[in-house]
Amino acid sequence: MSEQFEPILVGFTCNWCSYRAADLAGTARVKYPPNIRLIRLMCSGRLDPAFVMKALAEGADGVLITGCHPGECHYLEQNYKALRRFLLLRRTLEQMGIEPGRIKLVWASAAEGVKLAHEINTMVEEVRAMGPLNWPKRWESNGFHATVKEQEQEVTA
Amino acid sequence: MQKISIDPITRLEGHGKIDIFLDEEGNVANTYFQIPELRGFERFCVGRPVEEMPLLTNRICGVCPEAHHMAAAKAADAVYKVDPPPTAKKLRELLYSGFFFTDHTTHFYALAGPDFVMGPDAPVAQRNILGVIHKVGLEIGGKVIQARKFGHKIVEIIGGRKIHPCTSIPGGLTKGITEEERKEIEEMGRWGVEFALFSLKLFNDIVLGNKEYVDLILGDIYTHRTYSIGLVDERNRVNFYDGMASVVDPEGERLGKYATPEYVDWIAEHVEPWTYLKFPYLKKVGWKGFVDGMDSGVYFSTPLARLNAADGMATPLAQEQYQKFYETLGGKPVHQRLATHWARLIEVLYAAERIVELSTDPEITGRDFHRVPTETPTEGVGTVEAPRGHLTHHYKTDERGILTEVNLIVGTTNNYAPISMSIKKAAENLIKKGKVVTEPMLNMVEMAFRAYDPCFGCAAHTLPGQMPLKITIRDAKGETVEVVKQYCE
Amino acid sequence: MSANGKPKFAMYWAASCGGCEIAVLNTGEKILDVDANFDVVFWPVAMDAKYKDVEAMPDKSILLTLFNGGIRNQENEAMAHLLRRKSQILVAFGSCACEGCIPGLANLSTTEQIFDAVYDSITTDNPQNYRPQYQTKVPEGDIHIPKFYPVLRTLDQVIDVDYYMPGCPPESHQIAEVIDLVIQVIHGQASLPPAGSVIGAGNSTVCDECPRQRNVKTIKGFQRIQDIAELDPDLCLLEQGIPCNGPATRSGCGALCPQAGAQCIGCYGPAEGVVDYGARLMSAFASVIDSNDPAEIEQILDQLPDPAGQFYRFNLAGSLLRAAKPVWKQ
Ligand code: SF4
Ligand code: SF4
Ligand code: SF4
Ligand code: FES
Repeated sequence: MSEQFEPILVGFTCNWCSYRAADLAGTARVKYPPNIRLIRLMCSGRLDPAFVMKALAEGADGVLITGCHPGECHYLEQNYKALRRFLLLRRTLEQMGIEPGRIKLVWASAAEGVKLAHEINTMVEEVRAMGPLNWPKRWESNGFHATVKEQEQEVTA
Repeated sequence: MQKISIDPITRLEGHGKIDIFLDEEGNVANTYFQIPELRGFERFCVGRPVEEMPLLTNRICGVCPEAHHMAAAKAADAVYKVDPPPTAKKLRELLYSGFFFTDHTTHFYALAGPDFVMGPDAPVAQRNILGVIHKVGLEIGGKVIQARKFGHKIVEIIGGRKIHPCTSIPGGLTKGITEEERKEIEEMGRWGVEFALFSLKLFNDIVLGNKEYVDLILGDIYTHRTYSIGLVDERNRVNFYDGMASVVDPEGERLGKYATPEYVDWIAEHVEPWTYLKFPYLKKVGWKGFVDGMDSGVYFSTPLARLNAADGMATPLAQEQYQKFYETLGGKPVHQRLATHWARLIEVLYAAERIVELSTDPEITGRDFHRVPTETPTEGVGTVEAPRGHLTHHYKTDERGILTEVNLIVGTTNNYAPISMSIKKAAENLIKKGKVVTEPMLNMVEMAFRAYDPCFGCAAHTLPGQMPLKITIRDAKGETVEVVKQYCE
Repeated sequence: MSANGKPKFAMYWAASCGGCEIAVLNTGEKILDVDANFDVVFWPVAMDAKYKDVEAMPDKSILLTLFNGGIRNQENEAMAHLLRRKSQILVAFGSCACEGCIPGLANLSTTEQIFDAVYDSITTDNPQNYRPQYQTKVPEGDIHIPKFYPVLRTLDQVIDVDYYMPGCPPESHQIAEVIDLVIQVIHGQASLPPAGSVIGAGNSTVCDECPRQRNVKTIKGFQRIQDIAELDPDLCLLEQGIPCNGPATRSGCGALCPQAGAQCIGCYGPAEGVVDYGARLMSAFASVIDSNDPAEIEQILDQLPDPAGQFYRFNLAGSLLRAAKPVWKQ
């Protein structure tokens, strides 16, 4: 690979804290790389592990999940639930050969724009070092269709 | 050289493909029996918790999931060095007897029966269970359905499900049975004994009463002098669930008995690149190729082999039949492979009698059906007799009971070499120069291995059912002259 | 319609254990209904069948085909395409065809690893270190076996599927209901469910059918079933710490396993509306764990030693990711 590999990250952010932090980073002109696509959730507790897997299956090289600091979730303990889901998911994905570093959970309050930008920067570099995940390509390279079947969007609490 | 492929083989539980090569004269030069499938349980069970094996390996074969369930449960017991309480062992054997009863009955009436009852050269459309019903009477159809129901019911009561039972765990079972359930099982068992005797009488009348069939059974076409293997109890009587493995040579002398964890010293598996399935043989004798006799390690493992490997049956009525069997066929061991159908019916009777014995055992409704393992898990072997042969599961685990190595030698696999030999011999006898290969003739080839009740679903750890049959006839230059297919490539 | 005026029926297995076929045969008298209402043209387990006859049939001439088994090799794939061409309604029948089932766990291993485990096992005598060859030159000529694919695929990853019938195998009473429905449709007494539907199963979860009592209690750890001296016969297994897959699994079996004292292992596949079975189950397990402390959570999770197997036991091939990364390494 002669050209530098530009990883694609998907970020699932909580509306009340990290999404604002990212916003803040933007307005304060704190730089974070364009490699990340942010998707806003109302709370990290809304994060379904299926979202992460769908992102990976459709070409993301890594997924960053962010939420309010412990004790600060607007929906009480939902971010702890997110923590447990994340730990479980990371173990499962590791068994499937996906490096644990490709998914990360970060707590960031609305005021922590700089911290969030830094976390994103770090993760982009870490994933760059791991190389592409290339999930859809892996299918195609075996002569199989890569499209993930369209299914109805799951509605979770 | 001409090549005839039989693909798929019908009324066999699994995919299979036979290539028969003819020489310039049109005689059989060689035959290859190929198993086209593999699923890889030995690999993908690694990493799983050992207590899941009775559930995962069920899915090796939906025809005999009970056999895998039991072998896996026994191997898992061994991994934890835990001895299940008597009630648990008896319940497992009771479930297993119910399964054997049903499975053997199905084979006789639906798979093998058509050849005998209808005759090997009856039209294809009649050579099935419906043909049998038409000929023997509607009543028999009802009885066969009943027999299937009863066996499945017993499996369901103890195993929780009809297909792919779920209750065996390391150290025993997750549930026991109630007095009502016991009674129900006992009644089914008693009916089963009558049904088995009826089936034996049917065999006696239709088959043994017909000189043509008797000649066919006793004829050289379907004879192979190989070693026999089977589990026996401490008095050397046939046992399906437990015991030592007994090996008897082609002359009928016992080569030895071994505790099943020693199977690695006795059994090895030969590999050929043209098939997914391996060929087990007796390590002590050695692999000499697809040949019979004392010097060839090829053995077989079927109802007939089990009868040969034992000294008798553990239940009274079955023992009577056992004696009659050997008296009629000229003493032990019997090598005429078509006699397997008779041997199978004797096992049906034994299974039914065993159901009655176990269901009337005072311990069977006991509440002590599980013992918690206390030892650190390491390694274990579990062996049972599957209807289609000796079945071995061998597991190694880490100290958490997570599998690190899995070795499986599955029922039908044991018979892969002898089946291949039987096919070749039948083909040699039936396909002679100048003679056109007709459909009934190919069915006679199939009869050769249908006697083994092969289930290559099991063996290739793939599926059952009817087998592929494709006949490609090639001339000496390898050009295809004619193709006859029964389905699937 | 065939000469006798009856619509045509077919059933086929690909990489299957045959349990699905047995489950159909176990419907007993229902088989006679099938026989009475259909012209059974192709059903290898039950009748002598000719492949060339299927090939010769006009396209779409089979009204109903039940297809069980996953797509493990070249031959399975060819049969899937052939039967799709010949059938009007094609049902992915059973867990293998719907979602890959247990054999789909092979998607965590490479072909090489699978072949090594099988052809280099402790009892294998293989001095030449043979691996299966798709074509072998024997003295008399060439012989072939179908190519083994790097992954096991579900039926709908290979062809279009009209309906899904889950279960490993589908329970016989469910099969009987589906047969009845189809017969009613033939006689114009009912209409078909919308294309793509799941048939012969429920719309909720195994938990909803399970008679065990749930108290919405959380747990401090998971337990292995063999380590429990006495199970509470009435209490939810998950609440007793046993990793039961009921919360994510589609209803339909009547909660057979939990009623027999064993955990649901998930054979009916994802419940209605679930995008990814494992994801739903992870969410369910995460909700039941009683801890907010990362270190303690990790300790509890250590008691689930095989998460990929636990969450994708039947569903790996049908999951969003469908296989493990190393499987794709060329
Ligand atoms: S779904 Fe289950 S019963 Fe059906 S073929 Fe697959 S493993 Fe066998
Ligand atoms: S988790 Fe299992 S035991 Fe508990 S209610 Fe659901 S199915 Fe029943
Ligand atoms: S309880 Fe679960 S594993 Fe058992 S039959 Fe029902 S769906 Fe399948
Ligand atoms: S509201 Fe931010 S994590 Fe719940």
